[in-house]
Amino acid sequence: MKKQVSLTKEFVKGIWEINPTFKQLLGFCPTLAVTVSAMNGIAMALATTFVLIFSSLIISLIRKLIPGQVRIATYIVIIATFVTIVDLVMKAKFPELSKSLGPFIPLIVVNCVILGRAEAFASKNNPLRSFLDALGNGLGILLVLTVLGGIREILGSRMIFGAPILPDSFEPWIIMILPAGAFLTLGLLLGFSNTLTERKKRLERESLLNKYRPAKAVTEVKEGGAA
Amino acid sequence: MKTVIQMLVVLTAIGLISGGLLFQISSWADPMIAVNKQKATEEAIYIVQPEGKSYEKVSADGFEGYKVFGGNKDLIGYAFVYEGNGFQGKIRIMIGIQPDLSKISFIEILEQSETPGLGTKVTEEPFKNKFKGLNSKANIGWVKEGASPKDNEIIAITGATISSKAVVAIIDSGLKKLRTLKEGGKL
Repeated sequence: MKKQVSLTKEFVKGIWEINPTFKQLLGFCPTLAVTVSAMNGIAMALATTFVLIFSSLIISLIRKLIPGQVRIATYIVIIATFVTIVDLVMKAKFPELSKSLGPFIPLIVVNCVILGRAEAFASKNNPLRSFLDALGNGLGILLVLTVLGGIREILGSRMIFGAPILPDSFEPWIIMILPAGAFLTLGLLLGFSNTLTERKKRLERESLLNKYRPAKAVTEVKEGGAA
Repeated sequence: MKTVIQMLVVLTAIGLISGGLLFQISSWADPMIAVNKQKATEEAIYIVQPEGKSYEKVSADGFEGYKVFGGNKDLIGYAFVYEGNGFQGKIRIMIGIQPDLSKISFIEILEQSETPGLGTKVTEEPFKNKFKGLNSKANIGWVKEGASPKDNEIIAITGATISSKAVVAIIDSGLKKLRTLKEGGKL
């Protein structure tokens, strides 16, 4: 029997523990392409989250009806429907934003985070869990895209959310708003997140060791450390 | 056999539901999208013909332009959209011109995907202002920075020569097309 994971955990894990960008390393294409500003990153992440939530929910609801042989085709039709809805609504209500995100909204259809969550999670879990999982993963994307967009916007155009933040004397690093800047920033962020994870793992291992080690052994280690 | 039927039924049902849903959404969104587009075009027309008060669509031979009228319904010029290749992608430009096609009123870059910080300078005022009043009786051209331009030439942006050249070429071929139409009495 599989151990039942708590609902809170189902939600929280997507934000950091299995963050789609940092830990699953999925959906890099829009991540790199649209994050020239924090606002673009947020808009992209929200659009992706909307699609993620609704497609996960629907797929989870009908997961027992979908024949295994055509499941991917079914997922894609469902995802494409929600992406088209997002695209139309954005064009109607936020034409400026839609213009700056350009073809990357329709391209959410092939964003592997969404298909990945559908295949790995929503097709095996009930709607409530799928919803929480999608929401968590969406927030994970939001976190990364906002930070990435923010860093690139500050260094590349001296602004944050369109408001000037650095003095005029700071020469904007044009490379930050070019593709190379996206690769550099994402690489550094990934390194940073890996360092954090490794540190956490090491601390956990040490505390575990200390917990199960007999009192004598602890002193031995201390002595060894001193020498 | 049972699986085949199930596959057909499930995919057809999902397809139908998706189609119906999208039909609803698009019939709600389409008018708004059309209005947005209209508004964007209108704004661009009045940018390139600042004295314009009203306009009228004209089309001939697959070419679409606008006759722009001033306060007393007098023709003050034309505005038209023309596009061509830039450095990295298409550039779409709205061009405003005098009624006798002798001078450019102003231009506005509607779409471009030039290099940020370099090629995108063509969308900025200093570059667009170079086209204000440019003699367009014959071909227009460009010169490098440092050279002295004639009244039908502009100075290309250093570091963005290809983008500057592209803008000039697009406007030039647009004007050529406009001239032929005008001579043919189709405007």
